[in-house]
Amino acid sequence: MSIDKFVTIESTAVPLPIENVDTDQIIPARFLKATTRDGFGENLFRDWRYDKQNNPVADFVLNKNVYSGSILVAGKNFGSGSSREHAAWAIYDYGFKVVVSSFFADIFKGNALNNGLLPVQISDGFLNTLIKAIENDPATKIKVDLQNQEISMLGTNEKESFDINPYKKECLINGYDDIDFLLSQKEKIEEFEKNRA
Amino acid sequence: MAGKTLFDKIWDAHVVHEIKGGPSVLYIDKHLVHEVTSPQAFAGIDKRGIEVFRPQNTVATPDHNVPTMDQHLPIKDQLSRFQVDKLTENCKKHGITLYGLNHPSQGIVHVIGPQLGITQPGMTMVCGDSHTSTHGAFGSVAFGIGTSEVEMVLATQCILQPKPKKMRINVEGELSKGVTAKDIVLYIISKITASGGTGYFIEFAGSAFRSLSMEGRMTVCNMSIECGARGGLIAPDETTFEYIKGREFAPQRADFDKAVEIWKQLKTDQDAVFDKELNYNAADIEPMITYGTNPGMGTKISGNIPREDEIEASNLTTFKKSMEYMGFEAGDQLVGKAVDFVFVGSCTNGRIEDLREVAAFVQGKKKADNITAWIVPGSKQVEQQANKEGITQVLEEAGFKLRQPGCSACLAMNDDKIPEGKLSVSTSNRNFEGRQGPGARTMLASPLTAAAVAVTGKIVDPRTLL
Repeated sequence: MSIDKFVTIESTAVPLPIENVDTDQIIPARFLKATTRDGFGENLFRDWRYDKQNNPVADFVLNKNVYSGSILVAGKNFGSGSSREHAAWAIYDYGFKVVVSSFFADIFKGNALNNGLLPVQISDGFLNTLIKAIENDPATKIKVDLQNQEISMLGTNEKESFDINPYKKECLINGYDDIDFLLSQKEKIEEFEKNRA
Repeated sequence: MAGKTLFDKIWDAHVVHEIKGGPSVLYIDKHLVHEVTSPQAFAGIDKRGIEVFRPQNTVATPDHNVPTMDQHLPIKDQLSRFQVDKLTENCKKHGITLYGLNHPSQGIVHVIGPQLGITQPGMTMVCGDSHTSTHGAFGSVAFGIGTSEVEMVLATQCILQPKPKKMRINVEGELSKGVTAKDIVLYIISKITASGGTGYFIEFAGSAFRSLSMEGRMTVCNMSIECGARGGLIAPDETTFEYIKGREFAPQRADFDKAVEIWKQLKTDQDAVFDKELNYNAADIEPMITYGTNPGMGTKISGNIPREDEIEASNLTTFKKSMEYMGFEAGDQLVGKAVDFVFVGSCTNGRIEDLREVAAFVQGKKKADNITAWIVPGSKQVEQQANKEGITQVLEEAGFKLRQPGCSACLAMNDDKIPEGKLSVSTSNRNFEGRQGPGARTMLASPLTAAAVAVTGKIVDPRTLL
């Protein structure tokens, strides 16, 4: 099986300048009762996005028509808390392909990479620059070039490089799946088991 | 060559293969499974048309989603029932041991692992739940994984994982009266913040941890993830061996003695080097409580919420948002705030020792009228033990009622939701917005503090009542 191949993205972005966005905010626990991976986007940021009567909260960024695009630009320590992969599914299902932040929680980062959602970690300074630019002009376009590990603001000289594990980079670019890789390691795994017995 | 840390020793012994410039193929000894993060993984296995590779190394139980009343009846909530049934079906199909809802060993996955003797020193353990770090209390490398990784383990008994950095947190000295394991870990998180451990695996060392019971050590390791660390571990010692001895899945008789000889080697070499090392003094730790919306926002209960000028500029927006949600003012005194709910339970503090602590405090006292208290044992065995020791009766006489085992109001997936706007003092692990129900406000504390709050009806320093 495979995940979607990650291609270079040029898109407008949605700013979410809140720190410590935990996975309970991304997808509250009461929406984890599904047994498939589909449809979680509907409840992405549910309790920030809708009020108690299920009416959209006007000043939440996903409800502001001026912002759109496949890049979410969020505050420091994004994805902390629960290991629920549903958080990555919800973000991807909503239509984001990239999350940009100055710091990611470990489990979220791994979950994102396993689902073709690219976490791009940049400096606090550049994050600030991006958020200000997007808020000033929601038409601001951002380019995320995974091959060259570079994120830039189109039409400006603003850019920064980002790190990614070379193995994961290959997987994303080619749409490879970790499980296919692990299944190809079966002989080594069996040998490991034999040697320690 | 420098020596190895305990973490290195266990990790390195489980590396099947290292991908150049990439993650390691890490062999997993024990895999714990629950109903919420596994159905998509089993579906993946089925879709690939493959079998579970080592079904005997996986153990399953429903916990997150189960009701805590009338567990003998079919689950009312249709989606919950479907998810729990799906777990049963998947386990049956793939030959995986399941402790179902009415099995005497059912309970929160991180409570039953140690209790059954499944958790042992030197193991690698994973579960699709971030509090898998709990099992590190036994000197094992245990951490939470996502559902894609659950599928990896089902398919190959391995996951792909980059090796984290290593941190050691030393706490030396004796704890003061009224200060418990929960206070130590809330203290550490308040010092290093909710992201201070990200990228690391922590070893907790020093006399303060050595003097803790296994239950206390589990509470500490459980909350490693709340400072962002993937896991935390404590070197096994006599306390550990004594706890494991005689449990259902522990090595028996001569095998046990042999195992102990091996487990005794599991410690950090004197000349091992950590990427980061922190030192604290147990005598500086007081009963703790959180006031904000992440576990790093905690302070001593006798203190005040920080003033805005005490908050770093970069954190001020988050702090203000947090205060608005909690309905608190910066600089507020904590003691005396009126509380509505008390929750005792979860994989952090739902073990027998926690219930004993609460019962010992409330014996001969009455619950305050303004308090609704939910006491949820971590497992059927904890429930049984509480009945046997008369804890259930003591609690009932004080006006509490024991519910049935499950994750309950820790994450409020079932009906155990704190109503909107209500203030809860909880022995669980997360005070995120809405964690205990939409609009619920959570303050994290120890079981002892929770018991003191239940009796007085407001935030109180438990030491003033001992």
